[in-house]
Amino acid sequence: MDIADFFETFFEEAEELLADMEQHLLELDIDNPDGEQLNAIFRAAHSIKGGAGTFGFNVLQKTTHIFENLLDHARKGELTLRADLVDTFLEAKDIMHEQLDAYRNEEAPDQEAYERICQTLQQIALEEIGQTLEAPAAPPAPLFKAEEPPVPSGSEHQLVVALLNVSEKDRTLLVEELEQLGEIQAQSGDDKRYEVILAGDSSADDIEAVMCFIIEPEQIEIKVADRAQPAAPASAVPAVAAVPTAPVSAEPAEKPQPPAESARKEAAAKPKKAAAESSSIRVSVDKVDQIINLVGELIITQSMLDQTVSDLEDQSVGNSSLQNGMSLLQRNARDLQEAVMSIRMIPMEFVFSRFPRVVRDTAGKLGKEIELVTEGKSTELDKSLVERITDPLTHLVRNSLDHGIEMPDKREALGKPRTGKLTLSARHQGGNILIEVRDDGAGMDRERLLAKARENGLSVSDTMTDEEVYQLIFAPGFSTAEAVTDVSGRGVGMDVVKRNIQGMGGRVEIQSKKGEGTNTRIVLPLTLAILDGMSIKVGGETFILPLSTVLESLQPTKNDMYAMAGDDVVLKVRDEYLPVIAIHEVLDVENAITDPTRSIAVIVQGEGRRYAMLVDELIGQQQVVVKNLEDNYRKVPGISAATILGDGSVSLILDITGLHRLSRVKKEAGKIVNNQHYSFYKEAEPS
Amino acid sequence: MSQVNNEAVLAAEAENREFLVFSLGEEEYAIDILKVQEIRGYENVTRIANAPDFIKGVTNLRGVIVPIVDLRIKFHLENVEYGGQTVVIVVNVADRVVGIVVDGVSDVMTLVPDQIKPAPEFGVTLSSDFLSGLGSLDDRMLVLVDIDKLLTSEEMALVDSTSNR
Repeated sequence: MDIADFFETFFEEAEELLADMEQHLLELDIDNPDGEQLNAIFRAAHSIKGGAGTFGFNVLQKTTHIFENLLDHARKGELTLRADLVDTFLEAKDIMHEQLDAYRNEEAPDQEAYERICQTLQQIALEEIGQTLEAPAAPPAPLFKAEEPPVPSGSEHQLVVALLNVSEKDRTLLVEELEQLGEIQAQSGDDKRYEVILAGDSSADDIEAVMCFIIEPEQIEIKVADRAQPAAPASAVPAVAAVPTAPVSAEPAEKPQPPAESARKEAAAKPKKAAAESSSIRVSVDKVDQIINLVGELIITQSMLDQTVSDLEDQSVGNSSLQNGMSLLQRNARDLQEAVMSIRMIPMEFVFSRFPRVVRDTAGKLGKEIELVTEGKSTELDKSLVERITDPLTHLVRNSLDHGIEMPDKREALGKPRTGKLTLSARHQGGNILIEVRDDGAGMDRERLLAKARENGLSVSDTMTDEEVYQLIFAPGFSTAEAVTDVSGRGVGMDVVKRNIQGMGGRVEIQSKKGEGTNTRIVLPLTLAILDGMSIKVGGETFILPLSTVLESLQPTKNDMYAMAGDDVVLKVRDEYLPVIAIHEVLDVENAITDPTRSIAVIVQGEGRRYAMLVDELIGQQQVVVKNLEDNYRKVPGISAATILGDGSVSLILDITGLHRLSRVKKEAGKIVNNQHYSFYKEAEPS
Repeated sequence: MSQVNNEAVLAAEAENREFLVFSLGEEEYAIDILKVQEIRGYENVTRIANAPDFIKGVTNLRGVIVPIVDLRIKFHLENVEYGGQTVVIVVNVADRVVGIVVDGVSDVMTLVPDQIKPAPEFGVTLSSDFLSGLGSLDDRMLVLVDIDKLLTSEEMALVDSTSNR
């Protein structure tokens, strides 16, 4: 077993720690910092340092070390936080991330960035607390020398490492690792407690960091051998923890925090961290898809068995236990299906969580004041889409910040609040996922866009609709920015954004009002998304309505139905007249209830408009996996996708606005049912 | 010498093609066996509104939504019935999976190039564009259908004409 085998684990863990660190840094309330948060940031830096030292990533280790020391002062209140300090911390985090990536790709990290950040951090320490940190230029070899408690014989000391409840196999492995860290002078014990006496200059947490890749921190006890420090603490774990928290200060005697207290804090934090580490695994998406399909098969087989069992005439004793078993199997299979379906879905939060940073940085560069609001963070989206939406979304956000929202002074002059508002929202709508980037900035200037388009030699006319004019910004090379800035304005990008989104089968729409702001809407299909659906019955057929579109359902009375010119019927609901769509008419369902007063009207909303849909029966709510119809078939008007029901049959998911369009087309065509229906769809689809 | 013979045999085998023979009414048709994914019964088909009548709907094939086309309706055959004997041949064409309903599957035949005759110019219901030839086997005649062309054709309405695939 080679230590390199643990590299990947370290990289993954360090990445998560850095992400944690960034999140905490961003959430930090500068005027009144939360001690727990500062501790969390410190712990993250500390863990990375430990790992980096162990694997010999000296540059990363040194950077984190200095950073950690500074953080240590911060969490003890010796360093007053300011916005620019937090910026520097964020920068340090970024550099650490770059270093990590460099090590991952087996490249040398950027020496210049490393020296710069070390110097900056040193400078802060010098100015803010009036003391120097450990010089970064010092040879990296004796790793934690400066931090170690004073040991009589120079940096060499003896540590007693006790392994608790470790199997022999793991033990051998651990002992091998320990040999890398120092000279093993003695070892003895059994599975329950195995002690190794190690001589060398490795610090206790250094050792622990290595071990933690194999066993839990609770299984390790490390104490300084009696010879070196007779007054070793009775419980070894706190001692381990206390070592790194000791600050590097000019006067070694000064210990601002009683070791016992800091030890307790650290000890309390440890189990939490261990739990977080083991809470996720990485699995290839193909495997997950395979499981989803297999579980679907299992459900079908189970339904089939269920049918066979219920058909059995003989209700003897043996059969009743068979039936009990069947109902148990059914319940388990359903639970399994639900659990499996949720694996692929991740909330939009994964995308949105990176934007506070993007907005903060961009706003800072542009000198603007921006408030970021996110809505619908819990909207779940297929993992593959989540990964692909991030870049286009970042671009749109930058664009809004740069071109959309005005400078604070200008906003004030216009009577708007100085702070611009940028809203990111995500929600399910009409069988799609709708992601919006809204700003309350200047909006788009139709005339300016047209002028610019002419300048660029695009063919435009004054009669173009607003929507068409706004789409111009997606043309390659198009930019209305007065000056090319660091952030945007080069005119590359928006066409890429559009291409990316189209590549996902989605589209981009822009709504804008001059002086009031712009709303960029990304409409994505739900390829594998899970949908909360309402199953309805019409005739003998079951359909799914996206639950998010359903507002209410009611029994229409004759008095509420009004005929309009031609075949149109509207339903009066409270003070609103809603167009009636009879599903059995639109979708030619046979044996359906044709008398509206005997059917049920489901009030639905699609693209901002409401309709009353006439159905025979509401069956209930359920979560369904959305299956694309276009993979093997084609777009079907009025249908957004399909799903597989528990009994293995296919059910179609209705598209509200598509149904409305379809009903209009059908009425116009005099209810002629032929293939021509497909042609309208092409026209309705933006090219 | 024997090696030369072997090569000749191999070359001849490469040109021999295997076909799955199925019946539609009284006639025998055949498609390239390499296009066939599986054969299954006709069950649980969900109707798709406003689709041409020969598109029976979609079904669930182990988690994949597959459209089902009834060639008997497409070819205007009489006596279109669905029973325990009704068979669906699941084929792979143009990266898609499609099921076709036929009256029955009889056997797998190997045809040598000599046995494949060009299809004559005829056919209103089945354009000769969709045939790869006629196979003659003793006194039987097999209509060799180019299933790729047939199923991706515009008149089958199975594929979005706007899509680029």
